[in-house]
Amino acid sequence: MTSGGGARAKMTESPIMAPLRALFIRELKIGQRIGGGGPLGVVFFLILVTLTPIAVGPDLALLAKIAPAMLWIGALLACLLGLDRLFQADFEDGSLDLFLLSGTPLELIVLTKCLAHWALTGLPLVAAAPFFGLMLALPANELGSLTLSLLAGTPALTLIGAIGAALTVSLRRGGLLLSVLILPLCVPVLIFGTAAAGAAPGSMIPFATPFLIECALTLFALVGAPIAAAAALRQMSE
Amino acid sequence: MRLEASELAVERGGRIVFSNVSFAIQSGESLIVTGRNGAGKSTLLRALAGFLPLRGGEVSLTPLLEDSIAENIHYIGHADALKGALTVAENLSFFGALLRSGQGGLSVEDALAEVGLVPLADLPAAYLSAGQKRRASLAKLRIALRPVWLLDEPSNALDAAAQQAMETVMAAHLSAGGMIVAATHARLELAGRELRLGAAT
Repeated sequence: MTSGGGARAKMTESPIMAPLRALFIRELKIGQRIGGGGPLGVVFFLILVTLTPIAVGPDLALLAKIAPAMLWIGALLACLLGLDRLFQADFEDGSLDLFLLSGTPLELIVLTKCLAHWALTGLPLVAAAPFFGLMLALPANELGSLTLSLLAGTPALTLIGAIGAALTVSLRRGGLLLSVLILPLCVPVLIFGTAAAGAAPGSMIPFATPFLIECALTLFALVGAPIAAAAALRQMSE
Repeated sequence: MRLEASELAVERGGRIVFSNVSFAIQSGESLIVTGRNGAGKSTLLRALAGFLPLRGGEVSLTPLLEDSIAENIHYIGHADALKGALTVAENLSFFGALLRSGQGGLSVEDALAEVGLVPLADLPAAYLSAGQKRRASLAKLRIALRPVWLLDEPSNALDAAAQQAMETVMAAHLSAGGMIVAATHARLELAGRELRLGAAT
């Protein structure tokens, strides 16, 4: 009864959805008006993809072979852009205090913010990936599996990143620390994501096995990451 | 309704900011927290809101209508929680939705009218002056009805007219059975008891 009333996440019926919907719309509006995030992430992704043939050389067979890995690393790095501000702005301007008093569980608020962030930054990356795949001479029949693997994997990257964003919320220059904290945790998603992306239909490697494990990782992050990030935020907001 | 704090102690960065702070206020009463800089006025309000862990003591609100104390509390701190990219009206309607303004709060238009920000409703909040931001922040007190108001320097940056309007709203809140705990250096026209921090330590 003393502190942290939000910790008791007692679910009520539908009234819980209205604040979350308002938060989601607010995040999208802010993201659109401030700009940066989504389009800039795609431009960053494009630059990474453009740099690859310059560095590797114009060997089309080699490019096609490393394309899934390069696209995944590009998407991973592009996903990290802007993640450090995920909670920082709210921490600085007092919105976090408001969230704590709202009566809506902080875990759900974190989840909503992650979904909005993914819609703004992850989704454009997924949409751009097939075109960038063509730039790396990825065979046409692998474009589908690449895009699907990114669609299933990038939410996990945002969610795992949210833990780092919550831990570095009070640090002015937390971006680098965030990357150091988060990138090792992204390794499983990267392993199964690239495995799924490299599996063309009809090839020796099955697509379903790594893809389903990747989906499982995303579902795991969907449940675990908001809890971890909310716990970190409660600690850091002191 | 009764807000009671007994023997509160809060530690920040290894230093005891205050200890043995006790008070109780009933519906319709207010408490003015005073003290020199660094005496722990803001810390006390943040501890009451549940943002800070207590080293000792207890805060209780009886009877508890909502699930937690937090849902009965409005906290106005030094930060305004306004998003510069959103218009004033969008900011306020978000406050309303987040704080569940359903039961009897003012509409965004009425709240804006009360704080005198109607002409600026469609202006991005980034362009507001400090006093106007403060007024927008105070408008959330009226958009969502909550019994306990924790106000940290509420009159900061407000001009004389706005300060008077704020005092009228505070008096109305008290006469409707609300409670106010305000930390301030300014002289507030509030009939309330005073809690002086820092004298004991």
